Amino acid sequence: MDFDFIKQYTPLYVEAALLTLNITVKGVLLSILLGLICSLVRYFKIPVLNRITVIYIELSRNTPLLIQLFFLYFGLPKLGIMLSSEACAIIGLVFLGGSYMAEAFRSGLDSISDIQKESGLSIGLTNLQVFRYIILPQAISVSIPAFSANVIFLFKETSVFSAVALADLMFVAKDLIGLYYKTDEALLMLVTAYCIILLPISAVFRIIERKLRYAGFGN
Amino acid sequence: MQDLGINLFFQGRNFVRILEGLWVTVSISLIAVIISIFLGIILGMVMNLKNPVTKAVTRIYLEFIRIMPQLVLLFLVYFGVTRTFHINLSGEVSAIIVFTMWGTAEMGDLVRGALSSIPKHQYESGKAIGLTGFQIYLYIIIPQTVRRLIPLAINLVTRMIKTTSLIVLIGVVEVVKVGQQIIEASRLTTPTASLWIYGFIFFLYFIVCYPISRLSAKLEKRWVSMGG
Repeated sequence: MDFDFIKQYTPLYVEAALLTLNITVKGVLLSILLGLICSLVRYFKIPVLNRITVIYIELSRNTPLLIQLFFLYFGLPKLGIMLSSEACAIIGLVFLGGSYMAEAFRSGLDSISDIQKESGLSIGLTNLQVFRYIILPQAISVSIPAFSANVIFLFKETSVFSAVALADLMFVAKDLIGLYYKTDEALLMLVTAYCIILLPISAVFRIIERKLRYAGFGN
Repeated sequence: MQDLGINLFFQGRNFVRILEGLWVTVSISLIAVIISIFLGIILGMVMNLKNPVTKAVTRIYLEFIRIMPQLVLLFLVYFGVTRTFHINLSGEVSAIIVFTMWGTAEMGDLVRGALSSIPKHQYESGKAIGLTGFQIYLYIIIPQTVRRLIPLAINLVTRMIKTTSLIVLIGVVEVVKVGQQIIEASRLTTPTASLWIYGFIFFLYFIVCYPISRLSAKLEKRWVSMGG
């Protein structure tokens, strides 16, 4: 192990980690938005949109992110649509993440039994009030575990961005292996970087899950 | 008139070659899935033991595999392990090792979840009507666990196939690599090749994964509603 080498190249990893984090945060926030829209469209069964959403979710869940990225990055320019690798990465992540988030939210919405809705209506709440005060809080609580699993999943998926020339953690590691043949050091730093980022995220989500576990009463 | 990209698929053996490439991906995932189902069942049962040592070890294994992106694991095995131990692993073998490790962790956790989801009164009722411990497992616990597990295991197959697309990045010649070769070869004759090829591969993955995930969803709906 060459610790001088590690010290010398740590700034490269920090930079790459920040870039990865930046893209993941943007991608995850947009995925949540897209997922919310899709799950609401499916929950309220809005006629034409419902069909489109189902097709989108199936397409996105049954294809790998790498292929989606290759199509965006190498395929679309032939149609005259040029995207930077950063734009490709975010679009790809949102395309993938939107469907996973939609499924997480929908399973939460579906888990609330009809009795609850009917009870709400029978004590004189409007449809909107039932949704706002009865269904939504419980649905959020039920879908939190799937939601946090998705966030971590999406972060891990960002490792393929190196394939569309985005200088993320994988890219830096591959570079150092190729340039200096310091495989052990480069891989050690790579693993450490992912641990430093992902372990706290997964710990925080575990706490949130415990705090929000209030649904499931009265079912 | 310029060559239409779609003609690419009918030139030479292009179409067959892409399908052969797809088979490489699918066969690696199938091998990995089959091994990881067996190892995962064992791991799941070990995780259910009350022994603190096995609990800690399996827990660390599971957390490490789950937190590392699969691509990092591939790099660790393909570049790291081979260099440290001075052995030579082909991309295919490294891929099978990595996906087996990953699949075993996932499957083990599913088995553990399924085993602990069987309510305690099932064991006790079995005992009350005079079954032996072995009979309780054979007639009560295993049928219910399997019913919960099969849809999830099938789902693991689609996840495995999707994740196997990464092996092109450690130099295995599979569907994406074949696609890239075709694109390179027809760079001058068909400039739009990459659009067609990547679009086609996209749909190939969909065609392979969609029926499997439908099957899993269907079984899950049928068997969970029958649940005990």
